[in-house]
Amino acid sequence: MGNMATQTQFHVLAIDDSLIDRKLIERLLKTSSYQVTAVDSGSKALEFLGLNGENEDEERNSSVESVSAADEDHQVGVNLIITDYCMPGMTGYDLLRKIKQSSSFKDIPVVIMSSENIPSRINRCLEDGAEEFFLKPVKLSDVNKLRPHLMKGITTKNEMQSNTNKRKGSEEIQSPDRTRPRYNELEVV
Amino acid sequence: MSKVKQQKPLCVWNPKPLKRVKPTNKKRLREREKTNPFSFLGQLIPLAKTGLPLWMLGLAADRLRADMNRLLSFLFHQGILDEQFLQLQQLQDETSPNFVSEVVNIYFHESEKLLRNLRSLLMDREFSDYNKMGIHLNQFMGSSSSIGAKRIRNVCLAFRAASDQNNRAGCLSALEVLEHEYCFLKNKLHELFQIQQQRVLAAGVRYPMQH
Repeated sequence: MGNMATQTQFHVLAIDDSLIDRKLIERLLKTSSYQVTAVDSGSKALEFLGLNGENEDEERNSSVESVSAADEDHQVGVNLIITDYCMPGMTGYDLLRKIKQSSSFKDIPVVIMSSENIPSRINRCLEDGAEEFFLKPVKLSDVNKLRPHLMKGITTKNEMQSNTNKRKGSEEIQSPDRTRPRYNELEVV
Repeated sequence: MSKVKQQKPLCVWNPKPLKRVKPTNKKRLREREKTNPFSFLGQLIPLAKTGLPLWMLGLAADRLRADMNRLLSFLFHQGILDEQFLQLQQLQDETSPNFVSEVVNIYFHESEKLLRNLRSLLMDREFSDYNKMGIHLNQFMGSSSSIGAKRIRNVCLAFRAASDQNNRAGCLSALEVLEHEYCFLKNKLHELFQIQQQRVLAAGVRYPMQH
């Protein structure tokens, strides 16, 4: 029981330069009971995460302001990032790459949104680590697809924590690779 | 000689005397009575705060709902709005009761700016920056699509096609259609919001607080 995440709600970071789309995605996410932080650019998103384009190790060693969302040890974490593709300055794709290159945030699922249906663009984003690609306008049915990605994050977290704690006892660990729950190394047939 | 059968009454009529409902403020009631066109009916008609009898508000609410549905049907059948607008309405609830009008008002504000930019770009005799125009156009197209303004979005597509061919005249005529469509949509949505506002008012007074 102690493995449950301290936050009761998932926290989603949304990035879109259009005010209307930001309002829309914010409302869609809040309706689905997610906590939302919406920013209007990739650089603001990185700032929020605590990645300011400098050497990441330096960032972590120096005093981290509570304003930025840190990793799982802190109360405020980000469970998913959803970003628009076409933005001035840093595109959603650039942001995706930066997040996947960061050691602390590469495991956060990233979803890309775009109004253009360009297969090569979609494939490139998915190949470079995006979990989903939504065509705009985004609907509630799209936001419903986010839940499995968020749940996967929780179970991975549980797995990592239980490994470090070396817990014994019959603990159900559901790993994303396996289809059957494992009880303490014994496989349930 | 037959006994007269005593008819058993179908119900017992034993009404309690009507309790006179004390108005909250005699002075206020007197004021209301002065302007109440139904005062000739006596004080038995319960009045809503607006001074209209409650039974009339029920009819008004029905009429308003019919008006709203007729307007929405028209907008959908004409292809002016699409299901994305319905999605916006679905996102509106008690926790966010003005969501649709908030988003649409942002849309109006942004759109007017973008349309002005497009016109000033195209009217410039030395206009050549189709890229810059394309940025405004894409923004307009994106926000129109996000609120479900289908017809406007389609005109934007035609505009973009003309822009891709550097066809200035084509862009200008597309812009004129765009301005016209935008005005039309704005009027219709204002009408819709007015009806919805009246519905809220009608529902609010239908259940006045009990004394």
